[in-house]
Amino acid sequence: MTARTVRLYEIANARSGDKGNRLNIALVCRDPAHYSAVAKHVTAERVAAVFAGRKPSRVVRYDLPKLAAFNFVLDDVLEGGVNASLGLDGHGKSLSYLLLDIPVQIATRHAVATCDSPVTR
Amino acid sequence: MASKVFIGAGAGFACDRTDAASPVADTLATLPGGRFLIFETLAERTLAQSQLDRRRDATRGFNPALERFVGPVLARCLRDGIKIIGNFGAANPSAAAARIQAMARAQGLAAPRIGVVDGDDLTALLSPAELAARETGGAVLRNATEIIAANLYLGAEPIAQALDQGADIVVTGRVADSALALGPLIHAFGWRLDDWDRLAAGTLAGHLLECGSQITGGYFADPPFKNVPGMADLGYPIAEIDPDGSMVITKPAATGGRVDRFTVIEQLLYEIHDPSAYLAPDVVLDITDVTVEEVAPDRVRVTGARGKPAPETLKATVCVDGGVLGEAEISYAGPNAAARARLAAQTIGERMNRRAPGLVLRVDAVGVISVLGDAGGALARPWVSDPGDVRLRFAAQSGSAAEVELLLDEVEALYCAGPAGGAGVRKRLTPRLASASCLIERKFALPRVTLTGGSP
Repeated sequence: MTARTVRLYEIANARSGDKGNRLNIALVCRDPAHYSAVAKHVTAERVAAVFAGRKPSRVVRYDLPKLAAFNFVLDDVLEGGVNASLGLDGHGKSLSYLLLDIPVQIATRHAVATCDSPVTR
Repeated sequence: MASKVFIGAGAGFACDRTDAASPVADTLATLPGGRFLIFETLAERTLAQSQLDRRRDATRGFNPALERFVGPVLARCLRDGIKIIGNFGAANPSAAAARIQAMARAQGLAAPRIGVVDGDDLTALLSPAELAARETGGAVLRNATEIIAANLYLGAEPIAQALDQGADIVVTGRVADSALALGPLIHAFGWRLDDWDRLAAGTLAGHLLECGSQITGGYFADPPFKNVPGMADLGYPIAEIDPDGSMVITKPAATGGRVDRFTVIEQLLYEIHDPSAYLAPDVVLDITDVTVEEVAPDRVRVTGARGKPAPETLKATVCVDGGVLGEAEISYAGPNAAARARLAAQTIGERMNRRAPGLVLRVDAVGVISVLGDAGGALARPWVSDPGDVRLRFAAQSGSAAEVELLLDEVEALYCAGPAGGAGVRKRLTPRLASASCLIERKFALPRVTLTGGSP
């Protein structure tokens, strides 16, 4: 298999949510063909390394193959959360884009995916 | 028994657009079956802020935007039999009900029948120490002597009861966000309170609707990868639910936004932790087998929610005083801006270290390293390039406002006693609330339903 490197944001969508000092990031493959490559490269350990500056106490990845999606849960990365953080983004709303900057290798036969779905557009 | 139920979302958070509900109500009016319009306007700390409002004025303490949310749709909903359910009652649901009655009078409408749901307030039932003993995942309450607000997340049952008793409008304080949709479904379909898969489906409907436009293109657009038409006129969502709990998510015609598998899946996982166990007061929702299928333009079918018995304990959010947050900003622009900004940050660090040695200081360089930064550490490393336009932001928090004001004054002093060309100082002091999560035994959940006005 020949492979090439893309940034996650070229093939996947992500959304942050917060509860207290816990962050979750939903990661959704635009094309299910990319699911196994993302599963291989974007592990909980990899995400923990990307977020190392925020010192996560625990990172868990939940797999949702039916949705071609993953749910990452990162504990204690919000500087205390929206009511305690001194930073501008206490919710962690922008942090999905830290995840989306991760490089992943995909098979060259798989195109970069757009987000326009067959039924609606 | 309804054969189909339509639930629209009029708002997804306390500061949401207040003109979004009208197209939703207009669409609901054309649909056959049970029709409900829900407003979710309570974030974790919103309720504590409302509690402070209520202490200052006993007629306040509900969402300050209540009239702007409900006013535009009140006549339409009452005329067409669309029931309104909102947690905009916040810390004072009965005062919110009174305000809605006043609005109805002012609009020349007959008095609606309003169901008030309360019993979420725990402050009379548990002492600060008893709440502290029930805190999970933190120690915010360890030394707390005064609680500002302590509220249980009530379930859907009292909402269903209010509707069963003929309410046109149901006003609540703290309930699980998803209960705003599950309550109407229990009422309309007569679902049993131990029919876990149905309760799970209704909880899922509520979860998908509770953030309003976040399922119709809001919090989503990222051109050119993720295009959303008509951001200025996003249509808010409507769920069409069958008695078996399967549903279609859609939005009003001729509105902006998009509803497809991508917008739905992002919201499906929003603020979810373990997808096999999303804890709600009425049921534990498992979404691992959920299927999301586009059936027509802007119509997405969602099926496969599974339920497990309701958790033994209920979640409560407890807020205590969190001191004061101070923020001050100053800009440096043009050639060598980065060096001047760094000197300013260093100068403030030195002076604050002398004047308030214990105070933790946060420094951001907006546009260089701020929201994705690591609490200031990255600022000390060399910047990749001089952006030529740097806005420094300093922040600190303390129980002492005077200590925080020292920082704000030091930043303003940079105008004269700092690097060249320091510009545009802005300073702000914000009172803060610290919040904690507690797990509470069910014996403390005593929801109360009171009907006022109108006739059943």
